[in-house]
Amino acid sequence: MKAPTDYAHLEDQFQARIDAEEKIEPKDWMPDKYRKTLIRQISQHAHSEIVGMLPEGNWITRAPSLRRKVALLAKVQDEAGHGLYLYGAAETLGAERDDLLDELHRGEAKYSSIFNYPTLSWADIGAIGWLVDGAAIMNQVPLCRCSYGPYARAMVRVCKEESFHQRQGYEIMLTLARGTEAQKKMAQDALNRWWWPSLMMFGPNDAESKHTAQSMAWKIKRFTNDELRQRFVDITAPQAEFLGLTIPDEHLKYNEETGHYGFGPIDWDEFWQVVSGEGPCNRQRLKARRRAHEEGQWVRDAALAHAEKRRQRQAAKNDQKVA
Amino acid sequence: MTLAEAKYQYLLRMGDNALILGHRLSEWCGHGPILEQDIAMTNIALDQVGQARSLLQYAAQLEGKGRTEDDLAYKRDVMEYRNVLLVEQPNEDFAYTIVRQFLFDAFNFLLHKSLVHSKDEHLKAIAEKSLKEITYHLRYSSEWMIRLGDGTAESHQKIQAALDDLFIYTGELLTPDAVDQAIFEAGIGPDLAALQPAYQTKIDEILQQATLQKPEVKYMQSGGKDGRMHTEYLGYILAELQFVQRAYPNMEW
Amino acid sequence: MSEKKNWPLWEIFIRSKNGLNHKHVGSLHAADAEMAIENARDVYTRRMEGVSIWVVESEHITASSPNQSESLFDPANDKVYRHPTFYNLPDEVKHM
Repeated sequence: MKAPTDYAHLEDQFQARIDAEEKIEPKDWMPDKYRKTLIRQISQHAHSEIVGMLPEGNWITRAPSLRRKVALLAKVQDEAGHGLYLYGAAETLGAERDDLLDELHRGEAKYSSIFNYPTLSWADIGAIGWLVDGAAIMNQVPLCRCSYGPYARAMVRVCKEESFHQRQGYEIMLTLARGTEAQKKMAQDALNRWWWPSLMMFGPNDAESKHTAQSMAWKIKRFTNDELRQRFVDITAPQAEFLGLTIPDEHLKYNEETGHYGFGPIDWDEFWQVVSGEGPCNRQRLKARRRAHEEGQWVRDAALAHAEKRRQRQAAKNDQKVA
Repeated sequence: MTLAEAKYQYLLRMGDNALILGHRLSEWCGHGPILEQDIAMTNIALDQVGQARSLLQYAAQLEGKGRTEDDLAYKRDVMEYRNVLLVEQPNEDFAYTIVRQFLFDAFNFLLHKSLVHSKDEHLKAIAEKSLKEITYHLRYSSEWMIRLGDGTAESHQKIQAALDDLFIYTGELLTPDAVDQAIFEAGIGPDLAALQPAYQTKIDEILQQATLQKPEVKYMQSGGKDGRMHTEYLGYILAELQFVQRAYPNMEW
Repeated sequence: MSEKKNWPLWEIFIRSKNGLNHKHVGSLHAADAEMAIENARDVYTRRMEGVSIWVVESEHITASSPNQSESLFDPANDKVYRHPTFYNLPDEVKHM
């Protein structure tokens, strides 16, 4: 065991490396809290990717054209891939994917609340791509410079692949917005339902966010929730205008002085309600994940059993050769 | 039946097979037994919907009525679909998915190996691209047949049960009818009957490695590819597949 | 830690283009080596990122320890004579 003084010294050295923008790698010494914070954040991120497959996956079989179908399939598949990269990054910190999944299935792990809202029309697929992926990109691009090497590298890959997702969504919205009255109505309705949950994706206000300060010091996080949220609104408001759709916020207005859009108050009661498991689809989402995992058990077992049989047969063959 | 009509029917069969099987596979997206397999199955689904697009585009072009791939996919009803019964069977569990895939891939592989020599240049080009994909599909489904058959007692029982249920749908794959005959005589596609031995050899080889019993079948079910009959499942597939286009007709998406 | 047996973890190395080294790209789970290669193909080369794949079970990788990094890597610091710029040659000498 290290003496306490050594420990303080190690922490100083660690912080100095972070301050010098050095990457921390799996076998490097790191404070226990840094490790835990990362495991929590990376696993939440990974869970969000795989739970996020569900609302969109809903529409794969109903996509209105074959072109849209392959695009959506590829997009949802990417999300599975992103979940996989992220679980992989968490595994470099000693957290096994299966244990992380167990936490999710027991309802103990968090994931992005946005995926607890239902996809009710085809326009929702457009809105998710445009708004939800737009918000996600805002969050994710800074993570490519995160201090933890494997997380940063996974995020580089994720961001590279995500670049088509938002365009895919916006193109759907654009087609609807230029379509018939029924289609415009569908698009506006989707925007109405996804706008506020998208703003909530950035998390609580800075004053309420308990992890922000430490995560910024460790360069796990590079911008605060409110900074990113503001940037999102600034970028998205003109995009909505281009579509000819109305953002459902009567306070939304460009402020010449600040150069930013002002926007109305977020309903944090709703946010906390959904976070605590009482959103419109929390139960269905968890149930679907749990079922997939449980029903996959015999498949995973069979593959392992077969691999073991083959190993033994090979070993027996090798023994014969020696004899 | 003119050759043009036979060709159109032939392309519909191939296109519908790819589309409906791709649809079934895509139902797994987000619900696979493990993340890696979710991604693998989605890849195959993407290949198949991609193939369906090329084939239906070509079919629509041959038809010459100004229809598109989407018109063919979204505006035909059950009795106008020409896929074999096998591909519309549901994902009762992962074993059914694998058996359905394997029984179809083994056929599809042989078919495409012939089609790369087709006298129809367009179909030949589609087949050349698809053959690479199908070669991988067959490898994937064969390996899973073996894993599940020669895995645990539970997996063995499940995959045998799926095989027993689905084998009755293999008959129509390689039983030629007038369309197949016309296509063969024109040098566009293979003599399906001649592919039978190779198909059975492949099935036997994999079943043997998987320690599975080939089901004794008295009667094969058929009717999908010639449009005489479908199973009830296809109606539900189309209800989902075509929902938006049917609820909001004549719009761009 | 869980009692159940899970598919082992594999490290994936991809040769992105003919003529380049294989490079570590990440990890995934698979029951056996063949499945690991196929999974790697589906997970890490969906956008034509590779022409060849290596897979190694993670537990078979031995890594150098960061504690030894000074003794392992710093000594190379002053061995400038291993680099071509250490040697002064007149400009007139070509092709060297």
